[in-house]
Amino acid sequence: MTEAELRHPYEKFLRKDRIPHIWCEGCGNGIILNCFARALDELNMDLDKVAVVSGIGCIGRISGYTNTDSFHTTHGRPIAFATGVKLANPELTVAVISGDGDLFAIGGNHFIHAARRNLDIKVICANNFIYGMTGGQGGPTTPLETWTTTTPYGNIEQAFNLVHLAAACGAVYVARWTTLQTRWLTESIKKALQKEGFSFIEIISECPEIFGRYNKMDTALKMMKWFKEASVVEHFSDPAKAVITPNRIAVGEFIDIEKPSYNRLLREMKTRAQEKKTSG
Amino acid sequence: MTVTTSVVPEKPKVVRSGRRFMSGDIACAEGALAAGCRFFAGYPITPATEIAEHMSHRLPEIDGVYIQMEDEIASMAAVIGASYAGVKAMTATSGPGFSLMQENIGLAVMTETPCVIVNVMRGGPSTGQPTMPGQQDVMQARWGSHGDYEIIALAPSSVQEMFDLTVEAFNLAETYRVPTFVLADEIVGHMWERVNIPNVETLKIVNRKTPREPPTEKYEPFRPDSDLVPPMAIFGQGYHFHATGLTHDERGYPRTESVEAETKLVQRLCNKIRTNKDKIIKVENVLLDDAEVAVVAYGIAARAALSAVRKARSIGTRAGLLRLVTLWPFPEQQVGQMAKKVKALIVPEMNCGQIVREVERAAKETPVTFLSKLGEEPHKPQEILAAMRGTST
Repeated sequence: MTEAELRHPYEKFLRKDRIPHIWCEGCGNGIILNCFARALDELNMDLDKVAVVSGIGCIGRISGYTNTDSFHTTHGRPIAFATGVKLANPELTVAVISGDGDLFAIGGNHFIHAARRNLDIKVICANNFIYGMTGGQGGPTTPLETWTTTTPYGNIEQAFNLVHLAAACGAVYVARWTTLQTRWLTESIKKALQKEGFSFIEIISECPEIFGRYNKMDTALKMMKWFKEASVVEHFSDPAKAVITPNRIAVGEFIDIEKPSYNRLLREMKTRAQEKKTSG
Repeated sequence: MTVTTSVVPEKPKVVRSGRRFMSGDIACAEGALAAGCRFFAGYPITPATEIAEHMSHRLPEIDGVYIQMEDEIASMAAVIGASYAGVKAMTATSGPGFSLMQENIGLAVMTETPCVIVNVMRGGPSTGQPTMPGQQDVMQARWGSHGDYEIIALAPSSVQEMFDLTVEAFNLAETYRVPTFVLADEIVGHMWERVNIPNVETLKIVNRKTPREPPTEKYEPFRPDSDLVPPMAIFGQGYHFHATGLTHDERGYPRTESVEAETKLVQRLCNKIRTNKDKIIKVENVLLDDAEVAVVAYGIAARAALSAVRKARSIGTRAGLLRLVTLWPFPEQQVGQMAKKVKALIVPEMNCGQIVREVERAAKETPVTFLSKLGEEPHKPQEILAAMRGTST
């Protein structure tokens, strides 16, 4: 094989000098990075005009691997940081890729307000049900009665239904896939990247190393098997009913509506302010 | 014959040059705009709200962005984002909001983000006294975020300085790629005075250094020049660079286990301020040449101190004032040299003793009297005068 043939087709989307990545064997984050790169590729996006922002956690390292302008913020703050980026330079496509703990525990407030404003950013959440980077503690998406390092007697907290949350907060595009449904996931990422307004994609991602091990699915294959058996494609079904249980993971596109983005309204408001001023 | 006249409407002025009468908070906002600030993210808080309100009026008409965020944590994060997208950015707050900002002030330090944070200080701790003045956040400004670092803080004591020092804060933030604080207080923020806003031509405006080379695969966003400050690329220019709050190398990549990387980075973050302190620090010397007793003061307390010094002179006491315009980096040398020439120092502060400790450290053998004041009223000149008598010089 020639050198060109040996090259990974998505090499140009990666910072090669950052590889190998830090993720464990069997982790779903690689699939997410792959689907994101594929979406950028299929849309033929100008990488100079894409910014990837992430917070803290395993998936948070993704910004360091993507060959775009990128920023790895403090824990929970990627959406707030992205707000500044997108408003200061509306030409940029701003993708926030972060974890469930980062976006919905410590960063929950920023998520609900960015969605409410319909800020023109794309939020992709890798939901692995736990805090992976710190070793597997329970969090806001840990399903009831599952085991983590901090729920040794079974989790007694109700988990967030992120699809419902995003829809209620005003997101114009909401989808959920598992890392098994890579084609659908890639299509959803493409849709989100092109859509005006606040788009949200939840990706149920496997962490065989910790969540899997604690819950009788100690290999990626076992977790994928769960995703395969539990996934039910229910496009545009009631987000309130998209609760994740051991037997059922509702996936699909849930919301796809049109609403003026914050950036659009800001532009219009500026025009009004400037006209008012200049007309005396 | 018809005469058509085309009336070109006057564009909103970015710099409202001329003599004006305004409050300190408004002067601060106008100073920011004059300095080139085009992004404000904030959260309402007394006594800094008027800055946000004024920005919400002014920024849209000059094509800037005002956004009210969900809290001060988000405000500070958005300011960093805007600065990385190439726009001069600021926020304004008071004690409780300043506490929330500390997390991302650390991020701004670590990612060397030029930005300005105005803290119109009120009474604390906690919710404290929202409508009352204070100088209780001076140490928080210096040490509030975790880890070791240096920042710059300026203390205005007039409405004119709310304008001038906000411009200066932007210039310093851009020069050194460091979060820069305007540490005002409720009185300076709310009082109205005459302000001379200079013409655009006479305003000194500094913009950050930009990369000298076009984008390459080997671009190093955190490689410093000899002044220890790296030129700054911004998002969208094709540099495809990475920035992180993790300890990083000059390429911007995380180096979480390297002693060398941690040492090199943290020492540079400190040294870029320390080694340039002579260019940064500003103090005002008033009647110090032959002084036997000197007051060291800043902010609103410096106004009473000036009055006390003049009264003292009128009754034959050789008093002087060293007014600290820069609080951080602390003007150690300036205080130390002055302290050698006087017999006693007086430090009035609206807190329980913060800058006075720095003064004591710099003054070495010279005795220092501290005058604390909390609550509504600033120091009275008579109180400072009485303290001068107490030093029996």
